Amino acid sequence: MILESLLAGAVQSGTSVLLTVCGETVSERAGVINLGTEGCMAVGALFAYIVCAETGQPFLAIPVACIAGGLMGLLHAYFVISRKANQLATGLTLMFLGLGLTAFLGRNYVSVSTEGFTKLRIPFLADIPIIGDALFDQDPITYLSYLICAGMCLLLYKTRFGLILRATGEDENVVYAYGADPIRMRYLSVIMGGMLSALGGAQLSIAYTHTWIEGMTGSRGVIGVALVCIAAWNPAKAFIGAYIFGAAQALQMILQQQGLEISSFLLMMIPYVLVLIALFAASIKKNGKMPAELKKVFEAV
Amino acid sequence: MKSIIKKMAALFTACTMAVAAAGCSNGPATTTAGSGGSSGSPVGVGFIFVGTKDDYGYNQAAYKASLDVEQRFGDKINVFRSENIPETSEATRVLEQMIQQGATVLFPTSYGHLDPALDAAEENPNCVFFHQGGLKTSENLGTYFGTIWESFYLAGIAAGSTTKSSKLGFITSFAIPQIMLNINAFTLGAKSVNPEITTTVIFTGDWSDPALQTDAVNSLADGGCDVIATHQDSTKTIVELCESKGIYVCGCHADAGELAPTHWLTAPVWNWSDLFVDMTQTALDGKFKGSVYDGKYRGGLKEGVIDIAPYGSAVSAELREKIDTAKKQMIDGTLFAFEGEIKDRDGNVRIAAGTRPSVDELETCDWFVEGVIGSAN
Repeated sequence: MILESLLAGAVQSGTSVLLTVCGETVSERAGVINLGTEGCMAVGALFAYIVCAETGQPFLAIPVACIAGGLMGLLHAYFVISRKANQLATGLTLMFLGLGLTAFLGRNYVSVSTEGFTKLRIPFLADIPIIGDALFDQDPITYLSYLICAGMCLLLYKTRFGLILRATGEDENVVYAYGADPIRMRYLSVIMGGMLSALGGAQLSIAYTHTWIEGMTGSRGVIGVALVCIAAWNPAKAFIGAYIFGAAQALQMILQQQGLEISSFLLMMIPYVLVLIALFAASIKKNGKMPAELKKVFEAV
Repeated sequence: MKSIIKKMAALFTACTMAVAAAGCSNGPATTTAGSGGSSGSPVGVGFIFVGTKDDYGYNQAAYKASLDVEQRFGDKINVFRSENIPETSEATRVLEQMIQQGATVLFPTSYGHLDPALDAAEENPNCVFFHQGGLKTSENLGTYFGTIWESFYLAGIAAGSTTKSSKLGFITSFAIPQIMLNINAFTLGAKSVNPEITTTVIFTGDWSDPALQTDAVNSLADGGCDVIATHQDSTKTIVELCESKGIYVCGCHADAGELAPTHWLTAPVWNWSDLFVDMTQTALDGKFKGSVYDGKYRGGLKEGVIDIAPYGSAVSAELREKIDTAKKQMIDGTLFAFEGEIKDRDGNVRIAAGTRPSVDELETCDWFVEGVIGSAN
């Protein structure tokens, strides 16, 4: 019972982070780091909620949230690619812009209720012991996140587009020489990253909590950026970090219920401590897959 | 951007006023605390909130009272309101800004606004400050609060009578005295009707994170809790989720019964309106010094500062009567939630038999009564 609720918790609270990790991976693979994922998430969460509340159509909310997140990505791309602004500074600014803007625009939606997505149990698959409930008794955006993760792997590793995208992150001159346009690749991947983060935000607001409130992303977008390293810039591994984070969140609540005399303040730190441990483990394995163009960002600081 | 413009405008006003004051007045200013009400021009009354006005919670309760103040005094006062004011020196700046625009009565309504408000109070001795929930006061800053644990005791009776599993859940933010006191009162109320019950507490570390609230409800439901109570700033997520999962729910701060038509029990609520109006009147009359509000004012069920929200359909007529009787007894003083003997979880006597601790003693509570599951440190 406890194991099952732990796994269910891992997927439920991990999905929004998973989508963000996926999006940020694509962006970083092309050589652009976007610290503004938190802002993209907030924008996605709000716009999905507004569409849901106004039209009652959660499926319409998904494209709108993605467009809003894509515009945030476009803003980041314009500044860091076309204007050559510092990526870290622009990303942080984008984060606060997203949080502030959504707090302002969402004021009237805090007390509005909307149905949104509910859980959709998949027959047979959900009956698999232990993992069935956790993976296949979830909301539609969670199922979409499985497909997106798989799709991103195919896109990055099995298509010419993906090859050029990865090459852009390694050495833009090679891409130039090959005859492709690295600027275009970067724009596309940053916009895609913003869209996926926004979808993660939408999962939080219309599928998981059915609530809009300012600051509801609660630094999940920022954690997502850290988890990209644990995934070694590979979308196939994105779920590792994201579900570790989700599971830790569920674990601290289960531990609190056991009546252990451990300070609740310490238990609340579990998700972050686990992420640090995972980062440490990833650094030992030396799977140094950091895209070469990305290193320039830090060398330039 | 807008706030920068506002600040510039405030700065400009302040400069002109300073120049004007230097030019015309000779001798010290003669304004005293809150004495501006007698003349014809309206007096400014400012309210700052840490959250938004419609969160089905703490801020909504205070915001509603600010509207009632505005309505009661009409054009005799000018009301300033600011939402989402962080508990930092930003709060001091917003208060200063309101004062520069003519406010002389200020309501910083969040616990963490206390220190910023004390700073602003020191700089502006001719203004009166009423701070919500603070434990420190100054010359021109008094604090007010409600003994909300009385309402939590009543909610506990509702929860303890409703549960089938005898397992209650409680979702809140941090293990701080005020909250531990409410958890204890809730548990004692529930145990008064059902000695078997336990209250499992989950601290989320946040006042309003909806994802953590959702995790907490799911986790408590998996653990077998069939009634969940909460002490959060915003309660909408918890109340709606409980309704959809078929778990009975006690809200907090404001009536959210419409969100859970079949599983709403009740909620401890604030009834600030009359108190706010009375405090404003006292300040406008210049009678703050020496009034009951010049210090730490605490009101309860008897004073009408707190209450419980209307019962949901899940509360039977018999149970309503039971709770109403307890409420009457609390008002006339025959029932006191923390009357000894009360032991903590380790069996130590914390409140001796037959004694009733003072509000000051209660407000420093750092222990849990028997039946509470959760970490107290």
